[in-house]
Amino acid sequence: MSALAVRNLCKSFGGLRVTTNVTLAVEPGERRLIIGPNGAGKTTLFNLITGEIAPDSGAVLLFDRDITRTATRKRAHLGMARTYQIITLFPRDTILHNATLALLGLSPLRWNAWLTLHRQHDVLKRAREALKRVGLDHMAERSLAETSYGEKRRVEIAMALAQEPRVLLLDEPFAGLSIDERRDVRELLKAIPRDVTVVMIEHDMDIALEFADRITLLHFGEVVVEGTRAEVVADPRTREVYLGE
Amino acid sequence: MKYQPVAVGVAVLALVALPFVVTEPYYVNIASQILLYAVFALGLNILVGYGGLVSLGHAGLSGVAAYGVAYLLAAGYGHTVAIAGGLGAGLVVSAGFAALALRASGISFIMITLALGEIIWGLAYRWISITNGDNGITVNTRPAPFGLPLTSAVSFYNATLLVFLLAIAGCAVVVNSPFGAALAGTRDQPRRMTALGYHVWMIRFWAFMLSGLLSAVSGVLFVYYNQFISPQALALTASAEGLLMVISGGAATLLGPVVGAALVVIVKNVVSAYIARWNFMLGAIFVAIVVLMPEGLVPGTVRLARSGWRSARRNRAARPASAPAPIAEPKP
Repeated sequence: MSALAVRNLCKSFGGLRVTTNVTLAVEPGERRLIIGPNGAGKTTLFNLITGEIAPDSGAVLLFDRDITRTATRKRAHLGMARTYQIITLFPRDTILHNATLALLGLSPLRWNAWLTLHRQHDVLKRAREALKRVGLDHMAERSLAETSYGEKRRVEIAMALAQEPRVLLLDEPFAGLSIDERRDVRELLKAIPRDVTVVMIEHDMDIALEFADRITLLHFGEVVVEGTRAEVVADPRTREVYLGE
Repeated sequence: MKYQPVAVGVAVLALVALPFVVTEPYYVNIASQILLYAVFALGLNILVGYGGLVSLGHAGLSGVAAYGVAYLLAAGYGHTVAIAGGLGAGLVVSAGFAALALRASGISFIMITLALGEIIWGLAYRWISITNGDNGITVNTRPAPFGLPLTSAVSFYNATLLVFLLAIAGCAVVVNSPFGAALAGTRDQPRRMTALGYHVWMIRFWAFMLSGLLSAVSGVLFVYYNQFISPQALALTASAEGLLMVISGGAATLLGPVVGAALVVIVKNVVSAYIARWNFMLGAIFVAIVVLMPEGLVPGTVRLARSGWRSARRNRAARPASAPAPIAEPKP
C-alpha cells in the first residue's frame, strides 16, 4: 500500500500540457523529493494532489482510497496537509491565531458560533505546542505582520504539522531563507516522525538531497527520472535537464 | 481590556437614560432611527467587514421583511404572525440571495447582489396586487408586546433599544467565536482555509444568513417605525447608504456600524433642516473620513487616541531629564 499514489495524471491549461501522464507511488514514512527546473509542473502537481485543481484524467489515491473527486477540504480531514511556496498566512492575526486556525480546521468546534475562541484553552494549548515544535512559542502573541520571513516559513510548517497529517506536502520550504534559517528548518523537518509521509519540492540540492529517500525529476510536466538519491544524481538525464547537453 | 465591561455598562445606561434626558419626541424618534439602521449596518458588517463580501442588495432583504409584515397585517393577521412571517420571508430571500451570489466573490459578488436587490425593488414597484406599487402599504397599528403598546416615541425607542442590544451582543458573540475566526479567515485567505479543512462556501452562507436575519429585523423595525412601506425603502440608494454606514464607521468593528448609522441618520434628519443641499454635506463628510481616517471613524479615533497617549507618555518620560529636580513632597 502506498501512502500517496498518483496514476496517469494529466492536466492541460488550454494548449499547454502542464502535467503529462505522471505516475508516482510514495510509501508510508518515505521522504520523497520532487525536483525539476522552473515551469516543470511541480507546484501544479501539488495542486492536483490537494485538489485545488481538478485533473483532466488520471487518479490520486491516499492510502489506497481514491480521492480524485474528493473536495480539497475533505482531503485535509483525511490526513493531507500542505505548505505553500508563496507564504499564505493570516497577516492581520497573531502567530498563535494562525496555528489555532489550523487546529480548528479539523475540529467540529469550527462551526461553533457562541463559544468564545480565546477561552478554548484546550485548542490554544495545542496551538502553543505546535508552535513549540518549530521554536516559536516564545513569540506566540506577536502579530504575524511583525515577524521575519523565516519565522513566517516556520509558522507555515507549524500549521501543517499541527494538523497531524499522514501525508505532508512541502512546497519549497527553504525558499528565500538565510543560511541560519535553513539550518533551523532542516532540523525541524528532520524531527518529523516517520509515521508522517513527506513529499517535498525543493531547489536547494544540498539540503534536499540529504533529506530525501527517493527523488522524482519532473521536466515539462513529465516524470523523467525516478529512483534513489544516488540513482537520480548519477543519471545522465538529470544532468541533461539541469545543465543542458 | 479591564475597563471594557465598565464602558459597555456606561454606554447601555446612557442609551436607557436617553429618553429621560432628551424628552422631545422628535429627537427620541431620531434615536430610534439610528438604532434600527444600526441593526441593519451590524448585519451588513458581518458580511462586508468580517466576511469580506460587499453586498449592494441588503435593502432588498430588509424590504422583503418589511413588506411581509405590512402585507400580512393588511391581510388581517395579528402582529405575531406578521413579524414571524416578515422575518421568515427575509430569511428565505436571504438564502436565495446567498445561493446565487456566493457562486462568486469580489466584484462579481457585488454585481450579483446589486442585481438581486434591484429585482426585489422591481417586484415591490410592479407587483401591485401585493405591494400596492408606488403607493406603498400603510400599517395602522404597532404591536403591544406583553400588553405594552409601542405607540409613543419613548416606548418604541425602548423596544428598538432592546432589539439593538440583542443584535450587537449577538454580533459580539459570533465574531469572537470559532465560527467568527473561520469567517475572518475566509476573508483573508480562502484558499488556505480550504486546504486547512474549512468549508468556505458554507461558512459564507451562514454568515449571509446571519446578515440577512439582522437586515430582516431592521426591516420589521423600519415598517413599524414609519408605519408605512414603499419601494423607495428598497432602492439601491438604501443599500448603498447601509454600506456607507459600515465603511465610514469602520468595517470589521462592532461599534463602527453603529457610529456610521448615527452619522448618516443625523446628517439626513438634523443637518437637512438647516442645509437644503444636505446630500452635499454627507458627501463632504465621507470624503473627509476617507482622507483623514480611511479605516473608518472608530478604528481611526482609536489610532489617534493611541498615538496621542503615546506621545503624551513620551513627553512625561522626557521631562525629568530637562526639568529641575522636583521638590520633595512632605510625606503624610
